[in-house]
Amino acid sequence: MNVMTQTVPTSEAVPLSMRGPAPVQVVVGYGFWLFLLSDIIIFAALFAAYAVLSGETNEGPPGAALFDKTHVFFETACLLASSMTCGFATLAVQRRSMLGAFPWMVVTLILGVTFLGMEWAEFVHMLAAGNGPSRSAFLSAFFTLVGTHGLHVTVGLFWLVIMMLQAATLGLRPIVRRRFFCFGLFWHALDIVWIGVFTIVYLGAR
Amino acid sequence: MNKDSNAQGKAPGITEHSRIRRRSYLIGLFYATILTLASFWASSTDLIYEPGVPILLAVLAIAQMGVHLVFFLHISSAPDQTNNFLALAFGIFVVGLVVFGSMIIMDNLNHAMMPMDQLMQMQR
Repeated sequence: MNVMTQTVPTSEAVPLSMRGPAPVQVVVGYGFWLFLLSDIIIFAALFAAYAVLSGETNEGPPGAALFDKTHVFFETACLLASSMTCGFATLAVQRRSMLGAFPWMVVTLILGVTFLGMEWAEFVHMLAAGNGPSRSAFLSAFFTLVGTHGLHVTVGLFWLVIMMLQAATLGLRPIVRRRFFCFGLFWHALDIVWIGVFTIVYLGAR
Repeated sequence: MNKDSNAQGKAPGITEHSRIRRRSYLIGLFYATILTLASFWASSTDLIYEPGVPILLAVLAIAQMGVHLVFFLHISSAPDQTNNFLALAFGIFVVGLVVFGSMIIMDNLNHAMMPMDQLMQMQR
């Protein structure tokens, strides 16, 4: 690294076209950021469908009769807390501190599983009462939107488990640190999508 | 590491000092908690003028998304973050087009559509 800083002058001295390729960390982070933005656009399409269809209950129950705000509040608390613990895990991984990272990874995993369990319980409860996705256009849109978010959280949890295994077997080498960094961005982005879900779907229910 | 990455811009979420970043997560959690509590309170209280509640909820949600972007994802308008910031701006633009465009078009279609019972009679 010292060799690099000696041979590469400051940004003002060298034109952009002559600076050579950016460091891997920057390329990976930027590429993953673009993926996250396109993923958020998928969610935007599902939000648009939900906003259009949320009134079409086909004489079935409206959202206000189905949703339990206390339940949603604890789901939100789990996801928000897991976002912070994931941030602490990312910091520990960048410091290459295995002892600092693992407890936060485990806490993140537990909070994520709790969130998923609560969402699953809500879905099972609604399905048992006959309010599945085939009941009305409103419920189709609801299960698609919230289910897609839940699916993303599930994928994120598998990713977290794989990262824990890789950290344990490969150690915190640069490629593992970059992967965990991307996982952190993914997890924070899911939390941002959840803000939209709880505001529009649960608190906005009439 | 940071000196040569500065010349090329930064990945989202990269900052120099881990102590500052740890504090930024705590500040972010503090703001996000307050905004979440405010949202849940606003949706269930009678103190606020009823038609104003959705607007208040939208403002609180957008504020909380901003808090998450700044304190958790560490997106800023700093010169070395131009790429990330431009990508974010384009993403927000497309999201706005998709959501509000769909809502306006579907609303217009609803207005222009014949009532369902008349439509059924025409098909006989």
